[in-house]
Amino acid sequence: MTLPLPTPVVQRAHLFRRLLRDPVAVTCLVVLAVVVLASLLAPVLTSHDPARSVLSDTLAPMSAKHPLGGDGVGRDVLARLLYGGRTSLLGGLIAVLVALLLGVPTGLVSGFYRGAFDATVSWLVSLVMAVPAIIVLLVVMAMVSQNVFVAMVVLGVIFWPAVYRLIRASVTSVREELYVDAARVSGLGDARIMRRHILPVVQAPSIIQAAQIFEVAIGIQAGLAFLGLGSANQASWGAMLNDAFTNIYTKPILLLWPGLAIGLTVVSLGLLGNALRDTVGGRSGSRASSSRTPAATPPAATPPAATPPAAPPLAGDDEDLLSVVNLRVCYPREGREVAVVDGVSLTVRRGEILGLVGESGSGKTQTAFALLGLMPALATLTADGLAFDGQDLRGLGRAARNSYRGRRIGYVPQEPMSNLDPSFRIGSQLVEPIRQHLKLSARQARERALGLLERVGIADPARVFAAYPHQISGGMAQRVLIAGAVSCDPDLLIADEPTTALDVTVQAEVLDLMRSLQRERQMGMILVTHDLGVVADLCDRVAVMQTGRIVETAPAAQLFADPQHPYTRMLLDSTLEGAKPRGALPAPLEGIA
Amino acid sequence: MVMFLLRRVLAGLVLVLVVATLTFALLNLTGTDAARNILGENATPEQAAAEAATLGMNRPLPVRYWDWLSHAVRGDLGTSWFKGEAVTSSLASTLPITLSLALAGLLLSALLSVGLGTAAAVRGGRLDRAIQFLAVLSSAAPSFLVGLLLAVTVAVKLRWLPATGYVSFTDSAGGWLRSITLPAIALAIAATGGTAQQVRGSLIDVLGSEYIRLLRSRGISERRVVFKHALRNAAPAGLTVLSLQFIGLIGGAVIIEKIFGLPGVGSLANFSAVQGDQPVVLGVVVVTAAIVVLVNLLIDIAYGWLNPKVRAA
Repeated sequence: MTLPLPTPVVQRAHLFRRLLRDPVAVTCLVVLAVVVLASLLAPVLTSHDPARSVLSDTLAPMSAKHPLGGDGVGRDVLARLLYGGRTSLLGGLIAVLVALLLGVPTGLVSGFYRGAFDATVSWLVSLVMAVPAIIVLLVVMAMVSQNVFVAMVVLGVIFWPAVYRLIRASVTSVREELYVDAARVSGLGDARIMRRHILPVVQAPSIIQAAQIFEVAIGIQAGLAFLGLGSANQASWGAMLNDAFTNIYTKPILLLWPGLAIGLTVVSLGLLGNALRDTVGGRSGSRASSSRTPAATPPAATPPAATPPAAPPLAGDDEDLLSVVNLRVCYPREGREVAVVDGVSLTVRRGEILGLVGESGSGKTQTAFALLGLMPALATLTADGLAFDGQDLRGLGRAARNSYRGRRIGYVPQEPMSNLDPSFRIGSQLVEPIRQHLKLSARQARERALGLLERVGIADPARVFAAYPHQISGGMAQRVLIAGAVSCDPDLLIADEPTTALDVTVQAEVLDLMRSLQRERQMGMILVTHDLGVVADLCDRVAVMQTGRIVETAPAAQLFADPQHPYTRMLLDSTLEGAKPRGALPAPLEGIA
Repeated sequence: MVMFLLRRVLAGLVLVLVVATLTFALLNLTGTDAARNILGENATPEQAAAEAATLGMNRPLPVRYWDWLSHAVRGDLGTSWFKGEAVTSSLASTLPITLSLALAGLLLSALLSVGLGTAAAVRGGRLDRAIQFLAVLSSAAPSFLVGLLLAVTVAVKLRWLPATGYVSFTDSAGGWLRSITLPAIALAIAATGGTAQQVRGSLIDVLGSEYIRLLRSRGISERRVVFKHALRNAAPAGLTVLSLQFIGLIGGAVIIEKIFGLPGVGSLANFSAVQGDQPVVLGVVVVTAAIVVLVNLLIDIAYGWLNPKVRAA
């Protein structure tokens, strides 16, 4: 679960107001208000005594005297329903209060100070969690006290671990934050740090959890009374269910009223808790937040993309392996579509390396993903032309697209470690696409994968083949990913900053490897990078991207010698390689570490 | 891994011992007169004293505790004060019912929550919202309420399945299945909501990860991406929730048993607690605690087996 950001005091009022905008939350609040009011006003709403049984009213039908009829021993059902609400609500409240009173302080101290206190309480908590609540409550109610409120105190203790764990986890995550460190450095006492910085963070999750505990407590309390435990004189929804259950064949409608009361109350609490969570933290794990959201083009810099400044040759060249015309990728943002790739046109010839250069956020990675059909569901992609080896890639179905990806177009990602599935061995991740695309037997695919690992410079292919991703280094992982990208002899390789995440010493080796593979297999290649040094080293042609468009395309030598666009000049000026050699570094001063 | 398991087993044993001690203390310090309970209100003080002596209640508390404990570790949990039956044999006849109920509920809920959670995560949109709404409803509704609803509709009104009674598996497999279907469904429905939401959440996280994008870039079919790679990586999170659900399932089973007239641990616990049958109550608490500890241990093992980093260590 993603923890909500620290909520300052100002936001609390907003929270409630935002909650009132959610129709589900409002409905739940109304239902709960009705339940609370009806229970409070029980003496006003009915003149019957919920505990008094009149034999002649046994299983009485609905009438003016008994609006909901009589129960199995001649008590008024409406009165029992109203007074029973008191028992349920009060009982739930007791359980919530006990759980919070125990859980919040222990959780705060445990999370903030750790140490022996933390160890002791954590052990106690696992003790409490090892015994099913119902069994403990059964024993307590049968042998210690018949009073349902005593049982609810015990239930509060049983819920203590849940509160404790939540608070402890929240505190642990906050105490590492910079502003808590800053507060400590500036000499704020622990008590003030807790009050000012930690309590506000714990507040929202505790309220949500309190709603959940309330909900479960009402359910468990009803369950106990349904089992026949508790004082016979105290009306409760569970006891009503018990009575109705004995008459299930003669008068099943008696189950309806308490069932409805319990159901409506707990479901309202559940939905309310859910709505609260959505209001506080946004929908956790939603699709929008799970994918890397690309930086948007600032709206001001987006005039209509009629004619790109440097018009590249459009389709028609037989040598073109890939030709892209006017590619646009849009994301919805604040109710409108924002283009992150805004009319990109480019071509790649067989055996040619095209550099796609630009600062971060310029849309170069999004362009690469668009070519591979790897856009998140939110994105919309349009293009006037998107052809690979004469075949139109637009509007391809999943199966058709998968016959290109991995087979004819290879992809090398930026971050090697996070691009290997942590749960599978490296060998199986290499073999899977080979078997699927080339229809090889398991043994043939294994041999091919081992050969590839050797080709990309891995000294002990068999060991790496059998290893899990966490067992190899970043440089080795990138070699594995390169091996995977070329495993089915693709015609085009798309490499997205393949060396940025690597150590400087490994970078050069990986670039050498990619160049030699490209020459050996005569692959076309798109190299996405922000490093002009890499471009100068490897690329035949360069396309410079800025805010979603290509501002200049030229052969590499020409671009470096005679940049046309001001942005290209700026990029060239800002690189170290382009800078004038400096004098020797001044000797470090003694005594300054 | 072996050391880790040994530590966990040891911690579990300590936990059960502490639970046993606390329960023993609770039962003995609350001042109920066991002998009078058994003999009834009309017994003379002499009779009560004699009965207490036969039960061994006249010995000091630590002696009785040691006596109980030293027998318990040898698998002897004493004899019922009321029925004269060995506690272990009472448990042996009731435990399978409750366990099969809880396990069937767990299995059903695991299947349902993986199916629903995956559908919600992969499809998104309206289906996702509908499933999320149902999940909240299901985790809010107490299982016994669902059980009552099923009992009234399916068993009493429609008469499709028996409302009450238990048929043991060895007597008739079909009868066993019929007697256990409704209660297991009721339990599963209550446990599915939370687990399905967990499966959905972690699956969405995994599906948004870079290694899934890489697998797609390799042209791996979407079915394999979801069912082989994504689910495999989302499994540990689902497993954690499932282990928490199991404790709730045992508790739910105790109440559900009453609705469907199943003679399980719940009715044993209820009956003997009301009677004040100390050895039986003690036995039930200790054995359920041991089961919870055991299940958590099994889940830890499964967790380690699923996670290569733990397995290799």
